[in-house]
Amino acid sequence: MKLNHATPYLFISPFLILFAVFGLFPLLFSLYLAFQSWEPTSGLGGMQFVGIDNFTFAFNDEWFWKSLGNTGWLAVASGLPQHLVAIPLAVFIHRYLLRSRNWVIGVYFLPYITSTVAIAIMFSSLFSTDFGLINLGLTHIFSFPPVDWLGRAIHIKPAIAFIVFWRYVGFNTVLYLAALQTIPSDLYEAATLDGASSWSQFWHITLPSLKPMIYFGVTLSVIGGLQLFEEPFILTGGRGGSDQAGMTTAMYLYRMAFDFNDFGAASAMSWLLFLIVVVLTWLTNRAFIQHAE
Amino acid sequence: MNAKKGFQPSLVLAYLTVGIGSLLMMAPFYFMFVFATHDRSDIFQLPPPVWFGTGFWSNLDILTQHLPFWRNLMWSLYVACCSTALTLLFCSMGGYAFACFEFRFRSALFGLVLGTMLLPSFMNMIPSFMVMNALGWIDQARALYVPGAASAFGIFLMRQFISSSVPKDLIEAARLDGCSEFGIYGRIVLPLLKPALGTLGLITFIASWNNFMGPLIVMRSPDHYTLPLALRSLQTPTDTEWGALMAGSAIATIPLMILFALFSRQLIAGLTSGAVK
Repeated sequence: MKLNHATPYLFISPFLILFAVFGLFPLLFSLYLAFQSWEPTSGLGGMQFVGIDNFTFAFNDEWFWKSLGNTGWLAVASGLPQHLVAIPLAVFIHRYLLRSRNWVIGVYFLPYITSTVAIAIMFSSLFSTDFGLINLGLTHIFSFPPVDWLGRAIHIKPAIAFIVFWRYVGFNTVLYLAALQTIPSDLYEAATLDGASSWSQFWHITLPSLKPMIYFGVTLSVIGGLQLFEEPFILTGGRGGSDQAGMTTAMYLYRMAFDFNDFGAASAMSWLLFLIVVVLTWLTNRAFIQHAE
Repeated sequence: MNAKKGFQPSLVLAYLTVGIGSLLMMAPFYFMFVFATHDRSDIFQLPPPVWFGTGFWSNLDILTQHLPFWRNLMWSLYVACCSTALTLLFCSMGGYAFACFEFRFRSALFGLVLGTMLLPSFMNMIPSFMVMNALGWIDQARALYVPGAASAFGIFLMRQFISSSVPKDLIEAARLDGCSEFGIYGRIVLPLLKPALGTLGLITFIASWNNFMGPLIVMRSPDHYTLPLALRSLQTPTDTEWGALMAGSAIATIPLMILFALFSRQLIAGLTSGAVK
């Protein structure tokens, strides 16, 4: 048997080449760019080393801080409810639904695979102030005053968070369903014999068994929540909404580069946001590991 | 199923909540299709339409006046097909190597593959525009389908499938018979991979179809807009053609709903496979 040593590398060479050109190089280049002053109109020769100016600029930039606040708010307000709803929903589907199971899962999962842009466009009509369906429901059924969802700074974030929640809740439900299927049923049988109520079974058997999946799901939500881009971009017409209340940091990076032509500052900010992603992912990990001990 | 336990109010409440929740999940789609058949003034009437109207064709007219809509549709399809074909090739090759070969740096390289999955998309946004610019790929379809073609997710999915369902003995036997390495890959492994290729193909197609950030950064001429970008360009601060926009969104959504109706189990299993395995 003659096995050429180069063969496996040949098979992974597409990955290696594409990763080098479109992954690693851009990453290193953006680190380099973070210390340069550059705008695309000046050509590649127009770069100038500016030290940490871009980072000081970011730290003193009111809008950058604001975008970080928005991102954090949105990540929590869209992420937390996803799990708080997905866990009981998965438990319910797991225990009570047989024939309708695939239908229900499908219905909750569908938003995840459809175009964010189409969805966000749809929601921006539903959220319209005077004649949007959501306001009509609120005013006619609950007699609330109409809410200017997309026009007023304090309302735009809940609107965005709701869309993100709507899009990802089914995905999380499927994750938890998969985890529930691995819990051995004799655990529940023993507990029932001992007279444990279904509520205490949920607290003492189901929830602890779900912990690894909760960790995984929360990590995905943290990473995903901090890079929110499309939903706020469409809902605010790409500009961030009134008072920049709907502008996430990922969106601000885009505007910094492509609207304001400051690629250096945009790169610096992208590294700062990346650092935050890394730290929060690490903290999530710590939180779950300490709980496990 | 639990009828013998008698009437349980909390259970009834749970059924009701999940049922109403399902309706809420579907409502935006329903209204997208309903609004697609009404003109702009109808949509914002009091009360708004809740059943299908007759305005679909006039909405389509408005859509094609404002956008090269059919070109955008074909362009999206073209990009998605190229992306799918290339991804299937590269990922099956990579997955095969990681599953069936022993080589130096294998686990380190596989760690690298997994690591790239966690890299946030915003990190690449700015520098990848510059790379595309330097390559002269701005406004080119290949700027959309080449960079992600050896996706970490795809390689991971393929490796998992190959390790669990392609018998190593078969590969050894073929090798002893003098079959070349690419012959083994092409004639033995690929045919066995069909189910996994189907799943990855669907996921890649859908991801490309929905991709917004990529085209937003590299596409310049309206003829080369993919559907999401084209629809977004119809959004104006003051004078949005809502009926036409809904019709376009509905047309962009229908293919996905059909794919989902046909392959929902495969899609759901594939998309959540990273967590389950």
